[in-house]
Amino acid sequence: MIINHPRLGPRDSAEFVYKGDAGLIERPFGTDTSIEQMHDYAYLRDNTAGAHRELWYHEQGDRSWLIVTRDTVTHEILDVALARPPADKATS
Amino acid sequence: MHSALRIIKEGLTGNKGWKPAWRKPDPRTQYDVIIIGGGGHGLATAYYLAKEHGITNIAVLEKGWLGGGNIGRNTTIIRSNYLLPGNQPFYELSMKLWEGLEQDFNYNAMISQRGVLNLFHSDGQRDAFVRRGNAMRLSGADAQILDAAAIRDICPYLDYDNARFPIKGGIRQPRGGTVRHDAVAWGYARAADRRGVDIIENCEVTGFIMENGHCLGVETTRGTIRAAKTAACVAGSSSKVMAMAGQRLPIESHVLQAFVSEGLKPIIPGVITFGAGHFYVSQSDKGGLVFGGDIDGYNSYAQRGNLPVLHDVCEGGMAIMPMIGRARVLRMWGGIMDMSMDGSPFIDKTQTDGLFFNGGWCYGGFKATPASGFCYAHLIATGRPHEVAQNYRLDRFLGGAAIDEKGQGAQPNLH
Repeated sequence: MIINHPRLGPRDSAEFVYKGDAGLIERPFGTDTSIEQMHDYAYLRDNTAGAHRELWYHEQGDRSWLIVTRDTVTHEILDVALARPPADKATS
Repeated sequence: MHSALRIIKEGLTGNKGWKPAWRKPDPRTQYDVIIIGGGGHGLATAYYLAKEHGITNIAVLEKGWLGGGNIGRNTTIIRSNYLLPGNQPFYELSMKLWEGLEQDFNYNAMISQRGVLNLFHSDGQRDAFVRRGNAMRLSGADAQILDAAAIRDICPYLDYDNARFPIKGGIRQPRGGTVRHDAVAWGYARAADRRGVDIIENCEVTGFIMENGHCLGVETTRGTIRAAKTAACVAGSSSKVMAMAGQRLPIESHVLQAFVSEGLKPIIPGVITFGAGHFYVSQSDKGGLVFGGDIDGYNSYAQRGNLPVLHDVCEGGMAIMPMIGRARVLRMWGGIMDMSMDGSPFIDKTQTDGLFFNGGWCYGGFKATPASGFCYAHLIATGRPHEVAQNYRLDRFLGGAAIDEKGQGAQPNLH
């Protein structure tokens, strides 16, 4: 699979480490969260068949985190974005 | 059924006397038990429900064709070399069932107990394997620790002086080995069919019939089918099927690839695993080297993988067994694994009365086929988990009761 990196252009997916469902970014705050909610966050997955938003970490590259939207049935990559906006745009 | 006399007779008369090994019934509207999934585990469940519990009014619903999923896509290895008390007695029961299976269901599954050898490369790894061997023997299984000289006797062609992973020894389970995987599906199907089970192919479940928190059956592409008990057994697609019942699972679906070389003369005794290098290999009766490694490592339902894993697996093979460098890869394929959060499976009731769940087999489902069916049938028939499967609960993470065989935590892509 080729991931079209927003900054670096097309890169081999083997340069990345897969980090699972992009929803995992939204980690609940521990002291405000019940055991059941934390269990659901940590262990349960939608595990979608079809368009799936997921995290890829560019370990063998610029170490950015990407949110890749990929069809899990065909492996077609539908969209790629930085998980966090660039620092110079984050505060504007 | 396939006696030598019959084969000769059929050979001389144009092979016109063979009959299908199971019926192709149309689904009825009502059964005692519906099993979703006509793979190895589903068929085994139907067989043991009929044989052990006298429940024969069963429909096995298969979306595609019988045995076209993971029972036909694995690398055929059987073993009971686990460590944890939640796992090892279960897998040893499975091994004992394998040992009696052909006589039990009267079908030649080509069960070949020619040994499984796991290599180790350091003192720490040796100590872990000795501990594992002791746990295996406590459960009644067999285990031997071999030093490098003993392995050299049976596999002289390995790279013993590999710079990164020199071979210091291994743990061997002589009763491990391989089984003709398709014949397992066919044998269970035929034996279940003979006991009255309806095996219904090309019948996809499209929804569950729910009333007041009870599951009363399923909607399918071949009509509505009702039953007091519905049992999902669709590892690889578990999340898709259980989502129709409104349940999220501690599972991600990942693709695992396997490979076969061209046919070679017999050289590999049993199964050899090089875990440190993501490579394991056995040799089929046709002579092909059957080998594999790790999952690709991203969510997938595609039943095919990508080339980086082929590269990685072949590198591992070349590192430990340089002689295979001239062999050509003939075929490669992929299957979809239910990767659970601790690497261990589930055989449990669900939040919905009358709905049962079996899945999360990661890439170890084939060897578990007989015990999975046996224990799932026990749960469905009696309402209580079988003794050796009582830890395979769906809610085990909530209570901190993960069965963390590899000690890798909630990272299914690492199992």
